[in-house]
Amino acid sequence: MPELGRAALVAALGLIVYAVVAGAYAAWRGRRRLLDSATNALFAAFAAAGVASLVLLAALARNDFSLDYVARLTSRELPTGYTLAAFWSGQEGSLLLWLLVLTGAASVALALNRRLVREVLPWTVAIVGGVALFFAFLLVFIASPFDTQVAPADGAGMNPSLQNPYMIAHPPMLYLGYVGLTIPFAFAMAALASRRVDERWIVVTRRWTLAAWTFLGFGILLGAKWAYEEVGWGGWYAWDPVENAALMPWLVATAFLHSVMVQEKKDMLRVWNVVLVAGAFALSLFGTFLTRSGVISSIHSFTQSSIGPFFLGFIAVVAAFSIVMIVTRLPQLRSKTRMESLLSREAAFLYNNLFLVALALTILWGVIYPLVSEAVRGVAVSVGAPYYDFFAVVFGLPLVLLMGIGPVVAWRRASLHSLVRQLAWPAGVALAVGGLLLAGGAGSSPAGLIGYTLGAFVLTTIVLEFVRGTRARKSIGTAGGGWWSAFSGLVARNRRRYGGYVVHAAIVLLLVGAVGIGGFSSSREARLAPGESTQVGDYRVVYTGSSQERGANAQEVRANLDVYRGEELVGTMQAGKNRYFAEEQTSNEVGIRTDWLRGEDLFVIADRFYGDGSVQLDVIVNPLVNLIWLAGLVFVLGSVVAMWPDAREQRRLAQRFAGEGALARA
Amino acid sequence: MEAFALVLAALLTVLCVVFVARPLLRPARSAEGREELDPGEQLRVRALERRDRALAALKELEFDHRTGKVSDEDYRALVGPLRQEAAQALRELQHEDRPEREVKADVHG
Repeated sequence: MPELGRAALVAALGLIVYAVVAGAYAAWRGRRRLLDSATNALFAAFAAAGVASLVLLAALARNDFSLDYVARLTSRELPTGYTLAAFWSGQEGSLLLWLLVLTGAASVALALNRRLVREVLPWTVAIVGGVALFFAFLLVFIASPFDTQVAPADGAGMNPSLQNPYMIAHPPMLYLGYVGLTIPFAFAMAALASRRVDERWIVVTRRWTLAAWTFLGFGILLGAKWAYEEVGWGGWYAWDPVENAALMPWLVATAFLHSVMVQEKKDMLRVWNVVLVAGAFALSLFGTFLTRSGVISSIHSFTQSSIGPFFLGFIAVVAAFSIVMIVTRLPQLRSKTRMESLLSREAAFLYNNLFLVALALTILWGVIYPLVSEAVRGVAVSVGAPYYDFFAVVFGLPLVLLMGIGPVVAWRRASLHSLVRQLAWPAGVALAVGGLLLAGGAGSSPAGLIGYTLGAFVLTTIVLEFVRGTRARKSIGTAGGGWWSAFSGLVARNRRRYGGYVVHAAIVLLLVGAVGIGGFSSSREARLAPGESTQVGDYRVVYTGSSQERGANAQEVRANLDVYRGEELVGTMQAGKNRYFAEEQTSNEVGIRTDWLRGEDLFVIADRFYGDGSVQLDVIVNPLVNLIWLAGLVFVLGSVVAMWPDAREQRRLAQRFAGEGALARA
Repeated sequence: MEAFALVLAALLTVLCVVFVARPLLRPARSAEGREELDPGEQLRVRALERRDRALAALKELEFDHRTGKVSDEDYRALVGPLRQEAAQALRELQHEDRPEREVKADVHG
């Protein structure tokens, strides 16, 4: 029923146009009924986008190749999970997903905060509607997923590299992150437009920002896991422009999550915070532009398309609008509070912000420089991993150091004496760990050695923070006397702080894993005949022969391998290639054997199968790489702790804003 | 199939129009009209923000002192100004019924 899909998209576009116009007019003239009507229009647009999505999903499930989109991305033999995931693996479908998630998120945010300040909501409806309007316009006029054709006998199938379970979850996670950043942007700009620059917009969007940041961060890690398993070069992050496109808004949102605490505690950095919110949102649009426009050559990017100029134009409009709003509201935004000391928690947050934003801008320059060079000079250049690695170390290591120092520095000002006393244990442990690693031969990677030493420093600080905090709460005696109740009370009373510490621990795990694979992996390439073996690290890999079988939609060739550690057979594994029937493409299917105790992987790529029965293998040992994936779970755990609603805080905020209608939910 | 799709599309459109128009069909309230910012309310919210901020900072200072993060000397230097800030915000909250002109001068000044 493509007609229904098209009609639903046209209805969504009409409703969103109405929401923008009615929302802006309601804001200008103060029409409450019109505001409610405009809000309902956004709810209805979500329903219409939902209908369009259901039509597309039904067409995918039924292999309705009369839809050009379905025929281009699926085939009859494609497994059902990947067939349905084609919803977001093509350009038109992913734009529809953007619209669906955006109108859904906006509906939830507006419904939860409907009773909040009346002056901010109409502008929020107009602004979030403006963003949705752009995507609805693209879907109706430029890139519709409901274009029809004479149905071919079978579809072209899906790019083999997208046929991976992580690829089913990775794009929606990123979209939830990208789209989630629209909500704080819309509320921040609406607060400026209505001249309500108090903390209200921060209170309303705090959890939205955290949720968007969590989805974005977890989505990046899912993408890394996909790259590790599917792309098959033995690494996990390659500074690909599209990977960077997701990392940049995440870094800027990270800076915002820290600096917003300075505004809440000290009423400082108000201009900086709206700049960060606008920057994170603009970068999320830029990331979508990079993926969709085809301007860059990347394994992630889609083919050349006509939507690039529209995206660039929209990013320019967002940037211009944000700048005008911020500049015209500077008098209201300026804070009267000054930084009391350069040795204080707020100063530490400021340093952290400078490093995070500097890293994001450096990455941005690396991404756009090839585009600028080609456009201006006509010379194609590429910015490689050494550039990014250099700046990741230059800005990343001080950031890790700050993660260890920041938590023990007091707000307002700290004395050097108390700081030294607080840091004595972490510094001692870090030096001991560094010394032990050096003695153990870890000096072969100086950056890695420094990274591990700083990691030990941060982890010790975090553990001490929990220990000292629990001890202090127990000594107060309000926690019922037990250590567990003191600990749980400590976390419950300041979820953001202690959730944040758990996230810091996740970053350390990520660092340890990344340094392990980047600085201490070992590999060997070998052509082996059946019965021959190769040795890498502690592992001896014996090639026992090859096998073939027909999979659901591909012919699967595998090298069968026995794995020994010393003389002990510790397991078997397979590595090979899939030859996809409909797509007529071949993909590498790497073999991975995980040692959970050591956190390391034995990673095998079967590069080539020869006619004489031999195989070309690339065998790699990746130490500690599994800490990267563990970091993803710890990251989500910390984020959930930080996001968990706090009833005491809700009551306090409800009292604060009681004069203008109770706060429905922050 | 096409006719069925068109019927569904028409139904969707009608439902959307009714849902969007419903708030406009209810009687207008007397308060309908542009809501001017109430300077007194704005001041009250700001004073509450300052009070909450100062009280939270005092609690945090006490806790940091207890955990050893803040030395006795730093604690003595910081606690006084924070108490003054909290007291000042509380005083402001008790003077909400000041003349409107005075309130507006504070907001715009």
